Amino acid sequence: MRQVYLDNAATTMVHKEVIETMNEYYGNLYGNPSSIYDFGQTAKKAINTARETISSVINANPDEVYFTGGGSESDNWAIKGVMAANSKKGNHIITTKIEHHAVLHTCEYLAKNGYEVTYLDVDSDGLISLKELEEAIKENTVLISIMFANNEIGTIQSVKEIGEIAKKHGVLFHTDAVQAFGHVPIDVKEMNIDLLSASAHKIHGPKGVGMLYIRKGVRIDNLIHGGAQESKKRAGTENVPGICGFGKAAEIALETMNDKMITISTLRDKFLKEIPERIENVKLNGHPTQRLPGNVNFSFEFIEGESLLLYLDMEGIAASSGSACTSGALDPSHVLMAIGLPHEIAHGSLRLSLSEFNTEEDVDYTIEKLIGVVDRLRQMSPLYTRRK
Amino acid sequence: MYTEKVMDHFKNPRNVGEIEDANGVGQVGNAKCGDIMKIFLKIDDKDMIEDVKFLTFGCGSAIASSSMATELIKGKHIDEAVTLTNKAVIEALGGLPKVKVHCSVLAEQAVKSALYDYAQKSGKVIAGIEDYKPDEDVHDHDDEQL
Repeated sequence: MRQVYLDNAATTMVHKEVIETMNEYYGNLYGNPSSIYDFGQTAKKAINTARETISSVINANPDEVYFTGGGSESDNWAIKGVMAANSKKGNHIITTKIEHHAVLHTCEYLAKNGYEVTYLDVDSDGLISLKELEEAIKENTVLISIMFANNEIGTIQSVKEIGEIAKKHGVLFHTDAVQAFGHVPIDVKEMNIDLLSASAHKIHGPKGVGMLYIRKGVRIDNLIHGGAQESKKRAGTENVPGICGFGKAAEIALETMNDKMITISTLRDKFLKEIPERIENVKLNGHPTQRLPGNVNFSFEFIEGESLLLYLDMEGIAASSGSACTSGALDPSHVLMAIGLPHEIAHGSLRLSLSEFNTEEDVDYTIEKLIGVVDRLRQMSPLYTRRK
Repeated sequence: MYTEKVMDHFKNPRNVGEIEDANGVGQVGNAKCGDIMKIFLKIDDKDMIEDVKFLTFGCGSAIASSSMATELIKGKHIDEAVTLTNKAVIEALGGLPKVKVHCSVLAEQAVKSALYDYAQKSGKVIAGIEDYKPDEDVHDHDDEQL
């Protein structure tokens, strides 16, 4: 059976070159970067090469990139670390209702411990209001944490404008760029970004490695205490193979970004055009144009997302849904709620996320199967008026 | 995540559809929670369930629970059908994940709701649902038991 992987926002296939690079550092070059002999120094050089490549993806300086155990750790560190180090300035954080749980739950944790958090609303396309953002800034505001692009609906925020507002008011700006890094152009200088989280496994790199960009001069406390690794900011022997794999993946992402943005968004647009043409009662979620090249998100009325995923899986198609049933929660995704979807429409959402490994045939196959699966579930649904 | 039995009833659900001349129809759940079940009963003059069909909006386990519940009551006398419990549905499915137990509760309630409708229409008394209130929200997620 044909296998179509359309869940690249969850994780991606690791590039062959990345695996080759990683194998070298699992194999012969296994030294500890903290050791002074050649074994160690070879590993140290390798992670610094990776640091340089990764910094160039976002136009940062290499010494502003700190490796972590992944995107969630980066988000936790950015928020907790900045709030702790700047307590004299204040205790207020501004974020949004559509952040990843790594940001939302960190903010909720801080709120329980006496911090003040403002959660900005988003419009039906998933965009925050810049006016509301500016109005939310107070004397005691330390940090704005707003994601670059949303993992579920793909909406890309007006990051440069957010950076300008933050700079104007002397507030630090962190962005969770896990879905955007290596996929769309990011320039931390031009966009006035002070902190940025990224992850390797969303760009065909390994799992368990990420990075936090911290602009030089930003005050931040350490999250992991211990040895002197990562300029004494993040202790623990470096994940050398992971970091080198991340570096290789970033190198490929940077080299091919412009081409891939075109090829992947062409496939995306085929979905965006053909699904509403060929299936009735569907709704596009997320911004129609200001969205990630690989993100497709539709709600199919009268049916439920988990059933849809399981039937698609039977056809070899791997996708994702914001339905409550897929997460074990009772409410559907907080993102779909925040863009104003009624519960029953949110329950019927489907996210298809593309990568460079997808083809036009994948898209055609998926649309054909989707038509059948949606119809089959609708025929079973008491909400659907059956047409004989 | 699901047992083979659940997947079998999900992939090939039994008794899907409507019965046009049904004499007992029940619907429970709500779209807000993400699952609705509607059960149609055709009960003969000896109070035997001659035919049963269902329509379900919901996840894999909701569809499988509906399918299994209809199988368990098909051909049964209404007095026996009314004793169907969510536990019996879970057992017949070889188990459900804990977060999906409410699907089996919904299936039990959908059967009771349809039988209640039959009792109302036919003027019969079915032991076990005299106190059944179809308008109450039976979809209480806190009221679930394994």
